[in-house]
Amino acid sequence: MLVVDDLRVSFPNRDGGFTQAVRGVSFTLGRERLGIVGESGSGKSQTGRAIMGLTAPEGRVTAKTLAFDGVDLINCPPRERRRLRGGRIAMILQDPKFSLNPVMTIGDQIVETLDAHAKVSRREARERALETLRQVQIDDPGRVYDLYPHEVSGGMGQRAMIAMMLVAEPDLLIADEPTSALDVTVQLQVLAILDRLVAERGMGLIFISHDLRLVSTFCDRILVMYAGRVVEELPAGGLKDAKHPYTRGLVNCLPRLREDRHPLPTLDRRPEWAL
Amino acid sequence: MTVAPASAETWREWLMSDRPQSRRQASLGRAYGAWRAFARNRLAMAGLGIVLALLLMALFADQLAPYSPTVGDLRTTRLLPPSAAHWFGTDDQGRDILSRIIYGSRITLFVVVLVAVLAAPIGLAVGTIAGYAGGLVDAALMRITDIFLAFPRLILALAFVAALGPGIENAVIAIAITSWPPYARIARAETLTIRQADYIAAVKLMGASPGRIVLRHIMPLCVSSVIVRVTLDMAGIILTAAGLGFLGLGAQPPSPEWGAMIANGRLYVLDQWWVAAAPGAAIFVVSLAFNLLGDGLRDALDPKGVK
Amino acid sequence: MKAGLSIEGLRVVFDDFVAVDDVSIRVEPGQSFGIVGESGSGKSTLLRAVGGLAPKSAGVISLIGAPDLPEPGSRAFRRRVQMVFQDPYGSLHPRQTVDRILAEPLAIHGIGDADRRIQQALDEVGLGTGFRFRYPHQLSGGQRQRVAIARALILEPQILLLDEPTSALDASVQAEVLNLLEDMRRRHGLTFVMVSHDLAVVTYLCDQLMVMQRGRSVEKLSADDLAQSRVAEPYTQRLMTASIGFRRDRTETF
Ligand SMILES: Nc1ncnc2c1ncn2[C@@H]1O[C@H](COP(=O)(O)OP(=O)(O)OP(=O)(O)O)[C@@H](O)[C@H]1O
Ligand SMILES: Nc1ncnc2c1ncn2[C@@H]1O[C@H](COP(=O)(O)OP(=O)(O)OP(=O)(O)O)[C@@H](O)[C@H]1O
Ligand SMILES: [Mg+2]
Ligand SMILES: [Mg+2]
Repeated sequence: MLVVDDLRVSFPNRDGGFTQAVRGVSFTLGRERLGIVGESGSGKSQTGRAIMGLTAPEGRVTAKTLAFDGVDLINCPPRERRRLRGGRIAMILQDPKFSLNPVMTIGDQIVETLDAHAKVSRREARERALETLRQVQIDDPGRVYDLYPHEVSGGMGQRAMIAMMLVAEPDLLIADEPTSALDVTVQLQVLAILDRLVAERGMGLIFISHDLRLVSTFCDRILVMYAGRVVEELPAGGLKDAKHPYTRGLVNCLPRLREDRHPLPTLDRRPEWAL
Repeated sequence: MTVAPASAETWREWLMSDRPQSRRQASLGRAYGAWRAFARNRLAMAGLGIVLALLLMALFADQLAPYSPTVGDLRTTRLLPPSAAHWFGTDDQGRDILSRIIYGSRITLFVVVLVAVLAAPIGLAVGTIAGYAGGLVDAALMRITDIFLAFPRLILALAFVAALGPGIENAVIAIAITSWPPYARIARAETLTIRQADYIAAVKLMGASPGRIVLRHIMPLCVSSVIVRVTLDMAGIILTAAGLGFLGLGAQPPSPEWGAMIANGRLYVLDQWWVAAAPGAAIFVVSLAFNLLGDGLRDALDPKGVK
Repeated sequence: MKAGLSIEGLRVVFDDFVAVDDVSIRVEPGQSFGIVGESGSGKSTLLRAVGGLAPKSAGVISLIGAPDLPEPGSRAFRRRVQMVFQDPYGSLHPRQTVDRILAEPLAIHGIGDADRRIQQALDEVGLGTGFRFRYPHQLSGGQRQRVAIARALILEPQILLLDEPTSALDASVQAEVLNLLEDMRRRHGLTFVMVSHDLAVVTYLCDQLMVMQRGRSVEKLSADDLAQSRVAEPYTQRLMTASIGFRRDRTETF
């Protein structure tokens, strides 16, 4: 469904040249769950944004192929791109507090997304918005509907973002850290929703996260990124058998419930990993 | 302490450093970054050029103007068309129009600067206080703002000038009084998004007073959008001043205010077009320049644009 | 000198929604106390109420462990209780340099010798001089969180409130920040109250913890109990199962 070959994203740097944030990422995606993990700044979000066409205006995106369902995303006209973005491809952006409109209530923002997709009456739109809020396990949707982003907890904001995505019913979903502010039980409930969408509606999912444990138990395949490159591709649950020292180091950094390691080991980065 | 570097190249590096060594270097570096973003915009640079030219013109009017702006020879130089001696022609009092425009730039700058100095801080203060305090204070301040916004600016300014009496100072006060509400609106809208931020909670937690929070933490974030809006409004301010001048309520004759000059040229617009055309063009060019400058500033000061 | 924290019957109400309902905890001086629980259960609100950032409608918050400890809301109290926020991207002023951010608390409390203190605070969190005059957008998430920790520590508080200090950070940076926090606690004899949704992180740093659900405390237990799965409440049980990871075969039971 999605083919990415040699994707590069570069930004102008201070001395007039370009710095590559993503350096030749290639993968294909079917109706499956693909996980992307890697440390902060490794280019995970930029990869997702480039596919969405949301790269900052000063950035430059190039690729041998970047195609969604046969549509060439690099050379397609902006209008077509916007249409795809509104309908068939959706993204849950990292940092909900930053991506939600601070002066509009949660409910209104969901209804706005809904309006962009279907002609529905005000009453019906409200009903559907409440229904989706309930779907993402918000206890009291009626109350949350009328709250402003600063009045909801971190996790509720994140679920509001997910609800906005759900009403859009995309074929491809790029979820950038969708659950980082959720407690573990809600996190799994939200993953179960995404899982159903993949299994029942045949949605393709790119799941970007730094939570190794979660990604390795949830996704069908995992790409490990370091310094703008994919350094390793792992099958589901294959985190324990990772070969690359970077991946192994990352796994080793995690505190574990039944283990007493003080201080925690940290990662010592080798320059050759970035080559 | 850092030593100031020697050559231009090292200066640039010093300014663009990723690891500034002092407060001064950090703020200069940021200013330089904004300047580079601004300088990339050709139109904005053109606007800046014209505004600087206006400034120089006002400063050196005595040296630049070939004739007196207020005294003309009624017998020999009345209503002459543009020529080598009088580039923009002369008016009905026999005064050289070029000289009047050059001196008029002083009045225009006086109006623009005073309005900006009076209106922007008022708007900024009202907006940030209303936005941060919320509740009753907010409601009261914003209703006052709404009342001002409900009337067209020129009409309101007219009413004020009528009450205060005609004259350039009163015109400035009237324009300032009528132009702060949009700034208050902008500042309030920004404050509403800022006041819930964790970095504001962090200084609250340290025990900072509300005054300190508004003044030192919120206002600096609203300033750039207000500055941009002010430069975009400059054109409107010049036009309002000209409008008041045109109606005889602004600068009084014989002072060479551009709006009053157009009003004066109106009588001869069919036969002696240059009398009205020259000040009209001056108003147009300067307004456009401020608009371009404002656009450029908006892009350069946008926090996301500053790298 | 150390101080502990006691909260009795705390209740926080927004309009008519009860966000925190009758919660009591007691944290002994030098101890570190963890709070885990459902999203939206009032964990952040609890911390914010201690810091005076959320309205308290009932209950008593006080410092314990020494005579003459200041009352909440007073300037002296603010010097002793500081907070690190969840989102390192939102908790630093975007137009202030690290230097300015760290100078602010000193200026508010009229503490002199700012230059040396800022330098020392930065050294302590492992950021060299190179970072002092940078703006937040020139720092990575982990570096920002270090600045936030330095800002909280520069007033030499006795109690540090940590609201999910590592949830926005990746595994390697999380390990660095956790090590830093532990080191700081040992060195300054700090008392921690930490919120996190990662059970492993909480048990790593804390000896005692409380589980919250819908604004109420459902269970209090020690880190050892948790590690040995000695838990009483079904909700805590669910949390434990959930933290193992996603299991496709049991999606109904989450
Ligand atoms: N507008 C921009 N201009 C210049 N560089 C940028 C811009 N946006 C991102 N970058 C750079 O691109 C690189 C990759 O960033 P990206 O956001 O993809 O990281 P990430 O893997 O998502 O990290 P995180 O886990 O922190 O979200 C970073 O080094 C960042 O500094
Ligand atoms: N200013 C406010 N106005 C109204 N309701 C609020 C406000 N602040 C918080 N709440 C409500 O209080 C409840 C608890 O929020 P809180 O932020 O404490 O949750 P949390 O336990 O920290 O959750 P998370 O783990 O998702 O961050 C939420 O239901 C939220 O909507
Ligand atoms: Mg990212
Ligand atoms: Mg919270």
